[in-house]
Amino acid sequence: MTLTRRELLVSGAGLLIAFHVPRKGRAAQMDKTPSVDPNAFVRVAPDESVTVLLAHSEMGQGIWTTLAMLIAEELDCDWPKIRVEHAPAAPAYAHPAYGLQMTGGSTTTWSEFDRYRTVGAMAREMLVRAAAGRWKVRPRSLHTANGFVVRGTARLSYGQLAEAAQRLSPPASVQLKPKKDWKLIGKPMRRLDTPEKITGKAQFGIDVQLPGMRTALIARAPVFGGKVTSFDASKAKAVPGVQQVVQVPSGVAVVATNFWSAKLGRDALQIDWDLGPGAGLDSGRLLASYREQAKRPGMVAVAKGDVDTAMASAAKHLEAEYDVPYLAHATMEPLNCTVRLEGGRCEIWTGTQFHGVDQMAAAQIAGVQLQNVVIHTPFLGGGFGRRATLDSHFVVEGVHVAKAAGVPVKVVWTREDDIRGGHYRPMYVHRIEAGVDDKGLPKAWRHTIVGQSILTGTPFEKLVVKDGVDASSVEGAVDSPYLEQVPARKITLHSPVNPVPPQWWRSVGHSHTAFAMESMIDELAWAAGRDPLEFRGALLAQKPRHRRALEAAASSAGWGTPPPEGRARGLAVHDSFGTIVAEVAEVSVDAAKRIRVHKVSCAVDCGQAVNPLGIEAQVQGAVAFGLSAALLGALTLKLGRVEQSNFHDYRVLRIPDMPQVTVQILESDAKMGGIGEPATAPIAPAVANAVYALTRQRLRSLPLRLT
Amino acid sequence: MKLEVNGQVREVDAPDEMPLLWALRDLCGTTGVKFGCGMAQCGACTVHLDGKAVRSCVLPVAAAAGRKITTIEGLSPDGSHPVQVAWAEIDVVQCGYCQSGQIMSAAALLAEVPDPSDEEIDRAMAGNICRCGTYQRVREAIRRASSMRRAQR
Repeated sequence: MTLTRRELLVSGAGLLIAFHVPRKGRAAQMDKTPSVDPNAFVRVAPDESVTVLLAHSEMGQGIWTTLAMLIAEELDCDWPKIRVEHAPAAPAYAHPAYGLQMTGGSTTTWSEFDRYRTVGAMAREMLVRAAAGRWKVRPRSLHTANGFVVRGTARLSYGQLAEAAQRLSPPASVQLKPKKDWKLIGKPMRRLDTPEKITGKAQFGIDVQLPGMRTALIARAPVFGGKVTSFDASKAKAVPGVQQVVQVPSGVAVVATNFWSAKLGRDALQIDWDLGPGAGLDSGRLLASYREQAKRPGMVAVAKGDVDTAMASAAKHLEAEYDVPYLAHATMEPLNCTVRLEGGRCEIWTGTQFHGVDQMAAAQIAGVQLQNVVIHTPFLGGGFGRRATLDSHFVVEGVHVAKAAGVPVKVVWTREDDIRGGHYRPMYVHRIEAGVDDKGLPKAWRHTIVGQSILTGTPFEKLVVKDGVDASSVEGAVDSPYLEQVPARKITLHSPVNPVPPQWWRSVGHSHTAFAMESMIDELAWAAGRDPLEFRGALLAQKPRHRRALEAAASSAGWGTPPPEGRARGLAVHDSFGTIVAEVAEVSVDAAKRIRVHKVSCAVDCGQAVNPLGIEAQVQGAVAFGLSAALLGALTLKLGRVEQSNFHDYRVLRIPDMPQVTVQILESDAKMGGIGEPATAPIAPAVANAVYALTRQRLRSLPLRLT
Repeated sequence: MKLEVNGQVREVDAPDEMPLLWALRDLCGTTGVKFGCGMAQCGACTVHLDGKAVRSCVLPVAAAAGRKITTIEGLSPDGSHPVQVAWAEIDVVQCGYCQSGQIMSAAALLAEVPDPSDEEIDRAMAGNICRCGTYQRVREAIRRASSMRRAQR
């Protein structure tokens, strides 16, 4: 770890605030009027272009378009003239709620909703004042329309006013448009990054080319925590194109003129490893040990009422154990990082979600001032949390190699490096015991969760881990709306430690808690002989938003009408990142007992919808991502080695298995939530519940497999 | 050896067994062709060889010499191929990394089967992974491109 705690507190004390308690954090953060310099976020140029600078990274989630919409809404500019760029790493671009420049937690749009609109309104005001100066009239007598300041029949374009406007000081305060006047927000808008992404022109980190740049591949330890004892590079150096072989903390780097030479050179390396304790790791044994641990209470995450007494007096008991495996993010663009160390500067080209953290980490290794670490952000070929690394490992490694090699270097990961490289969604076990009354409603709930903590042992620990409980391990369970009405409940957590590096993976803790919670609630409904929708409605009597989402998804799925022959439906609703998503899956099982998901009906309450076309895409995509985990994905370890290596054995969803996903966006005045992650978690339980309805087999392990 | 990439003949200095992918990316500068897996599992590296879709990550560069190689950069001069137009209309892309390969596979499919059924679309596109999960819009855009081509005929 390269960050000290002091640096973190200075630069990012707010990091956690909104991460796991978004609504409270948001209320505190967002009531303040943002104080911003509009010039850092938008540039109006004499050629009529309007360039929006993004404080966050575009990794597919669509903010290239959404944040531009926010500025354009207030600026009243001509939409086709909008250009978008990633901002550099700089204090001006700190996350409005977290205080550190980063992209994650499905926070970009809601956290920037006020700042980007304010910037647009300020820029508009400056253009109007510039026009007023030119015409020698009062600004109030002017209005704007589609990139022009208008006075009667006369008009001046924003481009004509750009230079004069830039010399003005930004207004101290601006009035934002009322919702009824919005022209863009809430309208389906096509993406602005499409033209370059359909012609091959879009630059990703892996595409960066610099004069004199070399490509490096790194041989890393075959087990987590292993170290190089010694190595022989003579055969590697004999490969044409290989120029240097250098040792770095994470392994041995082969530096070559191109990828293929570096790959052949790496294959030819002979390395002796000190494998360390990680060599004993076996995921099967680990799962068995987690199951044992789950029988004993851990650190208390939630305790209310007297669970023992309530359990003893319950009419009936149900017990179930759920487990989920390690998962890799498997972004389509393998990790890479290009570094040039020159003239006291460290220049980095990489697709990162964690500018603030990476900049500090790189400064330390490169031995330069923070402001001399320049981060250029190309498009990210997928993120899903993989590029927000707490230890900045792929950036740190790039700086080490460039330093050792003395030339600009692009470090590229192969798919095998990625699948075997750790930083996984950790394996988890949930054990739940419920005591129910004579109507089948839970009166006592005892729940033990076992799995690695993502944040313990990082500089963020003291901010996130309270009384031994990492909030990201229990989110979605401790705050489950189903449990609010359960008078006696206790949720405890074991956070075992092992050498596999854990990381947040699209929807983080919800990726396992939603599966456990929504499966167990379904089990209770069936045990009570009640309809799963009606049963949930009874438990969610005090939760109108959840009920509305459930009912909307159910009605669009045809809940209550017979499904086509050989199919059944299952449902789930989950609240995460400030957004409620209900999903109904319609499934069948083929002759080979393979589960097929045909249709998924989703209903989403994310508060104000900014770009419905983008929201639909994120929900469809999150369902696909969640289905990979529900039906296919699992990483296993034997003798410390990850057994899978590429897409042939770490399988992900392909087009023939993509269901028809319909998305209803519910009108809502609720506080705006996120959209990149929330639809991921409910799909696994929705499918498992549908499989139960069809087969009466309750599948409690992911990926779901019928026997 | 000589490679004909997007209508231009280039001299490249590459060992015969270097995968075409790396010759295109590292030696010819056509970086629209993407590396995803290196073993013909994900389709990100899809290019056309004499009009047929191939996975360039497992094709030795020597096997492509003397044949017409088309990458995403050469599919149309200005993004006007019906598949690209449909992709824009349907708003398919998310992160965009796999999309060069998706588009090249779709264009090869439509060249061979102008009016593919849903099953033919799924079969032809099954080798192209998208982790963002754009599959539903991929299907829709292929159907749209197919009907645009029909209208043009």
